Amino acid sequence: MSSRLAASFAKAKQENRGILGIFVSAGDPDANASIKILDGLVESGVDMIELGMPFSDPMADGPAIQAASLRAIKSGMTLKGSLEIACQFREKHPDIPLILMGYYNPIYRYGVEPFLEDAQAAGADGLIIVDLPPEEDKELCEPSHNSEMDYIRLITPTTLGDRLPFVLEKASGFIYYVSIAGITGTKSAQMESISNAINRIKQVSDLPVVTGFGIRTAEQAAHIASLGNGAIVGSAVVEIIAESDAQNLSVEETAKKVSDYTKSLADAISSHNAEKKIFKLF
Amino acid sequence: MNETQPNSFQTMPDENGRFGIHGGRFVAETLMPLILQVEAAYNEAKIDPVFNERLLYFQKHYVGRPSPLFFAERLTEQYGGAKLYLKRDELNHTGAHKINNVLGQALLAKKMGKTKIIAETGAGQHGVATATACALFNLECEVFMGAEDVKRQKPNVDRMRLLGATVHPVTSGTSTLKDAMNEALRYWVAHPDTHFYIIGTVAGPHPYPEMVRNFQSVIGKEAKEQLIEAEGRLPDALIACIGGGSNALGLFYPFLDDTDVTIYGVEAAGMGIDSGMHAASLTGGTPGILHGNRTYLLQDDDGQIVDAHSISAGLDYPGIGPEHSWLHDIGRVNYVSATDEEALVQFHLCSRVEGIIPALEPSHALAFAAKQLPLMDKEQIVILNMCGRGDKDLEAVLPKLDERGLL
Repeated sequence: MSSRLAASFAKAKQENRGILGIFVSAGDPDANASIKILDGLVESGVDMIELGMPFSDPMADGPAIQAASLRAIKSGMTLKGSLEIACQFREKHPDIPLILMGYYNPIYRYGVEPFLEDAQAAGADGLIIVDLPPEEDKELCEPSHNSEMDYIRLITPTTLGDRLPFVLEKASGFIYYVSIAGITGTKSAQMESISNAINRIKQVSDLPVVTGFGIRTAEQAAHIASLGNGAIVGSAVVEIIAESDAQNLSVEETAKKVSDYTKSLADAISSHNAEKKIFKLF
Repeated sequence: MNETQPNSFQTMPDENGRFGIHGGRFVAETLMPLILQVEAAYNEAKIDPVFNERLLYFQKHYVGRPSPLFFAERLTEQYGGAKLYLKRDELNHTGAHKINNVLGQALLAKKMGKTKIIAETGAGQHGVATATACALFNLECEVFMGAEDVKRQKPNVDRMRLLGATVHPVTSGTSTLKDAMNEALRYWVAHPDTHFYIIGTVAGPHPYPEMVRNFQSVIGKEAKEQLIEAEGRLPDALIACIGGGSNALGLFYPFLDDTDVTIYGVEAAGMGIDSGMHAASLTGGTPGILHGNRTYLLQDDDGQIVDAHSISAGLDYPGIGPEHSWLHDIGRVNYVSATDEEALVQFHLCSRVEGIIPALEPSHALAFAAKQLPLMDKEQIVILNMCGRGDKDLEAVLPKLDERGLL
């Protein structure tokens, strides 16, 4: 596991809570704003950043993240630009883990080896590439083993039976549990089904399990983060960026709105476990 | 033939769904188990005599197969060279080749115990064929269609609704066929247990390119037998238009190992390749990954998908089936292109001299035939796939023919 990810999970464990990961699309609504928004996320207490590398045809994403990608592309964002944003982030925030999320085509076009080299140089800690299942591991997963970046697997409600250990065979960093059969930003899963799935995964792997998809409220985030090792929120965050962009708010105002929201998530995750501790005392 | 070429062109894809570097299974984990189920079910079905007999029965008595192979004497005269035969797949029930594939996949869905069908459609031909098969087999049908296409192709939207399908207008991305396919895939991800996705062309994740090709290969198999009966020999050349490429591969595949047969695939050059406003993925694209497979795509330097343009909604797709990409790489098939304007001229000519109103899609194939046949000897024979009829295109085409003083 990358040292930043390990430290982040260790710190959360010490505080008896899960981590909070936040997804934003690089360059949404533009490069400059994107950097300010990222700074705000860190200040608000976010443990991990999932930085989306925009793609015109994001097959696994719902309307909010599709729109975020298109806003970024429209503002001129590219894969190279996304890596530059990662690089600037890393200079300012040496300790916060940063995961690059995206689709394979822009990487394939950029070149797998140059991408791995540049992503690592930019200070990325891991990769989530949505449309590369283990059946296509020769493309990027295997080459990435020469880098220090983790290759993060997605497990979904349809990953059942023998497929679960097969998918997790080459997983590293953490396991991203996609809590619904569906796309980002749509329905929410039942707590019980998440809890069962995390138990299933934990029987096969020792890696931390972080849950995402369909998490909107602070309460949901707090509850879900406590079931495994963390929660990732994306669509609800980029919706705030979309609204601010539509209202022509300044970069500072947008960053503030986003960080107010993520702070509410971070606080809920911290206090959720504080409550649990109190219960334990009795 | 050079030494890097295989002994047979009919051995692809490999077990990973690859055609050379193309094809594969580039889908999200949520879809992977579904794709594997489809693959397992299809592998079972294709050697199941009961399944194949059923398919044959419906092809014959419902679709009207075999479709005729017609010697187009007057077009041959007009072009002034090789003899032109038309494979009349526009005479199929629903008016295009699409039904060949849809029947196969609908029967497979039934066999798998699925009750609901998803399909994407551009011009609406695949949507109509799917809605038709769903009515026939008592399946629920949900069709995803770009909002722009819903407006442009109202008659087909009406047909689908009459047949009982729900048409979902897609407003994401650029509201065209590629977005309809994105949305159909997204919908499938959210309904993995009940739904089967009937892809309309030889693209998508493995096993779709192989499966669709095999269901469409009935075109080439019939054409081969019919020409041998009519002329006692194989053709010198084949011509078919290509969007995703299912009608073309259906005609080409049974002839791939007959290396004396020259094969031409005609892409849509739109306003011209140099204009950038085209749909010619092989002529003007580069390899990339979209909709579950690696293939030639229209994309920018950053790997963002670029919109296709063609007067024919059926060819208006920024990708192409992976097997075509492979056949292009190894040089077995020659990929050429024809513009909107050239297709319009042939749309008119074919209607006037053969009494066959071709769809805009095969009008592109005719446009290449108009250039190629005069270069060939009179004893030579060409088969062109007349893959769809043009009734659906009248609204778009007639004003343009009027402008040119052709009516």
